[in-house]
Amino acid sequence: MNWLDHLPILPVVLPLLSGIVLLVLRQDRPQGERLAVSSLRDLRNRSLSLQRGISLLAALALVPLAIALLQTASDGTHLVYALGNWAAPYGIVLVVDRLAAWMLLTTALLAVFALLYAIRGSDTEGRHFHVLFQLQLFGLNGAFLTGDLFNLFVFFEILLLASYGLLLHGGGRKRVKAGLHFVVVNLVGSTLFLFAVGTLYGVTGTLNMADLAVKLAATTPDNLALVQSAGLLLFAVFALKAALLPLYLWLPAAYAHTSAPVAALFAIMTKVGAYCILRVYTLMFGDDAGPVANLLDPWLAPLALATLTLGMLGAVASTTLRQQAAYLVVASIGSLLLAFGLGSTDAIAAGLYYLPHSVFAAAALFLLADSIGRARGEFADRFESGPEMPGARVLGGLFFVAAMAIAGLPPLSGFLGKFMLLKAALDSPLLPWVWSVVLATGLAAMIALARSGSLLFYRTHNSPHEPGLLTPPTAAALAPVAGLLLLVAGLVIWAGPLSGYASATATQLLAPQQYIEAVLGTASLEERAPARGTPADSPLLGSDPSAASGAIPLEGVTP
Amino acid sequence: MEALIALVIGVLTAGGVFLALRGQTFPVVLGLTLMSYAVNLFLFVMGRLAIGVPPVISAAAEGYTDPLPQALVLTAIVISFGMTAFVIVLALKARAELGNDHVDGLQHEEDRPA
Repeated sequence: MNWLDHLPILPVVLPLLSGIVLLVLRQDRPQGERLAVSSLRDLRNRSLSLQRGISLLAALALVPLAIALLQTASDGTHLVYALGNWAAPYGIVLVVDRLAAWMLLTTALLAVFALLYAIRGSDTEGRHFHVLFQLQLFGLNGAFLTGDLFNLFVFFEILLLASYGLLLHGGGRKRVKAGLHFVVVNLVGSTLFLFAVGTLYGVTGTLNMADLAVKLAATTPDNLALVQSAGLLLFAVFALKAALLPLYLWLPAAYAHTSAPVAALFAIMTKVGAYCILRVYTLMFGDDAGPVANLLDPWLAPLALATLTLGMLGAVASTTLRQQAAYLVVASIGSLLLAFGLGSTDAIAAGLYYLPHSVFAAAALFLLADSIGRARGEFADRFESGPEMPGARVLGGLFFVAAMAIAGLPPLSGFLGKFMLLKAALDSPLLPWVWSVVLATGLAAMIALARSGSLLFYRTHNSPHEPGLLTPPTAAALAPVAGLLLLVAGLVIWAGPLSGYASATATQLLAPQQYIEAVLGTASLEERAPARGTPADSPLLGSDPSAASGAIPLEGVTP
Repeated sequence: MEALIALVIGVLTAGGVFLALRGQTFPVVLGLTLMSYAVNLFLFVMGRLAIGVPPVISAAAEGYTDPLPQALVLTAIVISFGMTAFVIVLALKARAELGNDHVDGLQHEEDRPA
C-alpha cells in the first residue's frame, strides 16, 4: 500500500498524536519536586514554548495536508479509507470528497490563526490549552471525514468534550455559568443523537451512511414513520449544534464569555452542525431517497430565515462587542442554512462559498473584540462611551474591514456570497421571503456594526483614568486578525476558481450515487440492489427469526 | 419482555427529562444520567431481544444475536460515564463560583442568609 493511500487518516491522527505528546509535556509543576523558583520558572517557560511550538507545528501541518486532499478530491474522486481494512458497510470508513476537503481546509486555516492569537498569552490562563485545542481539531477533522453515523457521534463527543474544556479555559463566574448551560444542552443533544442512531440501526441494520442511503430508499410503509422521526431527530441534534432557531439560545452566552482564541475556533463549531445537515440530508434523505426523500424541505429554509432575522435582531440589541459577534455567528448560520435549505445546486454552492467567509470573518471579529476590550481598560468591549484607545487607528481600520466583510458589503466575500445566494433564490418559491429577509438583515448588520464602531472609536471622552489600564494592541495580537481578513480578501481574489469548486461540490452532493458507489463498490451495489431492505441484507438479523421479534418489525421476517 | 423493556425505557426517559428541567444542578445531573441509561437500553434492544443465542459465528448455532449494538452500547456507556463525571465536577465548580446550586446562579429570597 502506497503511503499516499493513508492520506485521508492523517488529519485525524496528527492532532490526536500531537495532543498526546502535549499532554506528556504539560506545563504544570511536576509533583514532589522542589526546585528553586527561578529554575522552575525557567523550566516552565521552556516547556511552554516547546508546547506552543509543537501545537503550532501540528496545526500548520494540517494546512498542506488539507490542500493535498483538496487537490485529490477536486477532480470528483471519493477517497475511501477503510479503517483496519474492514470493507464497508461492516467496517468504519473515512471518506474524502470535495465537501470534506473544503471543510478540512477551512478548519486548518482557522486553527492556525486562532492558535497564533492564543500563544500570545491566553494559553497560560489555565492548564492543557494546547492539548484540548489539538483534541478539538481531532474531533472536528474526524467529524468531517467519517462515513459512519455512529462514528460521527463519537467524533461529536470528542470535539464537544474538548470544547467544554476550552470554553471553561481560564475560569471565571460568567464562563462557568455559560459553560454549564452549554454542557447540559449538548449532553441532551448527544442523548437525542443516540436515540436517532439507534432507531435507524434498528430499522435498517446498518450505520454506514452510504449503506443507510441505499436502505432508506427502500423503506417500507410500516417503517416509514420510524425512519422519518429518526431523520427529524437527527435534524434536531444537528440544528442544536448549528444553533438553528429554537435551539440557538446557548450560543451567545457561551461564545461571548469564553476566551478570544476559543471563540474564534468555535466559529467552525456551528458549521459542523451545518455540514452534518448538508451531508446527511443530501446523502440519506436526498432526492433519490424514495419514501423519505426531501425530509427537511418544509423545515430548513423557514427556520433558517427566522434564525437569520432573530440573530440579526440580537446583534442590533447587543450590549458588548463579543455578544454582538456571537449573534452575528447565529445570523451567519441562518444565511448558510438558508442556502442549504433552498437545495438547488446554485444555492448550495453559494452556501459553501459563504461558509469559509463567515468562519474567517467571525473569528477575526472575536479576536479583534478581545484586543479592543484590552485597549479600553475597564470599559472592556461594552458599548459605552469610553476612553480613547491606544492604537485606535489600527484597531479601527481592522474593525472597519471586518465589519464590511460581515455585513456583506462589496468588495469583500460576504457580498459575493450573499449575491450568489440571492441569485440562486430567483427560481425558488421562497423568493420574496429570501430577498426581503437577506436584504433587510444585511442593512441591520450594517446599522449594528456602524453603531458599535462609532460608539467604540468616535464617542470617546478623556476622563481621568489609570494610564496603565489601557493596553495598546501588540503586533502579535493584530497579525492573526489581519491574516484572517487577508483570507477573506483571498476569497474575493480567487472567487472564480473557489466558486467553481463550490458549485462542483454542490453538484457532487446532489448526485449521492457516486458517493454510495465509491464506498460500497459498484459490484456490491448491483449485488445488493435486488435484496434491498430484505432480511438477506442483514444476515445476522435475518437468520434468526426469534431475534427479530422486537418492537420494530423487519420486512419479510415472521417471528 | 418487549413491552416491559419499552416501559422501562419510557419511564427512565420521562424521569430524565423531568429532572433535567429542574432548576438545581444536582437534579439536572441525575436527569442526564437517567436519560443516558434510557438511551443505552434503547440502543441495546435495537439489536432485538434474544436469549441464549451466540453473537459470533458458531457451527452449532440455530440463530444469532446482533453483536453490534453491544459494542455500540459499550462505547456509549464509556462516553456517558466520562460526560457525567465532567458535568458533576462542573456543577461543583458552578456551585462554588456562583454561590448556590441553581443552574442560573440566581439568589432566591428564601436562600439568602438572613
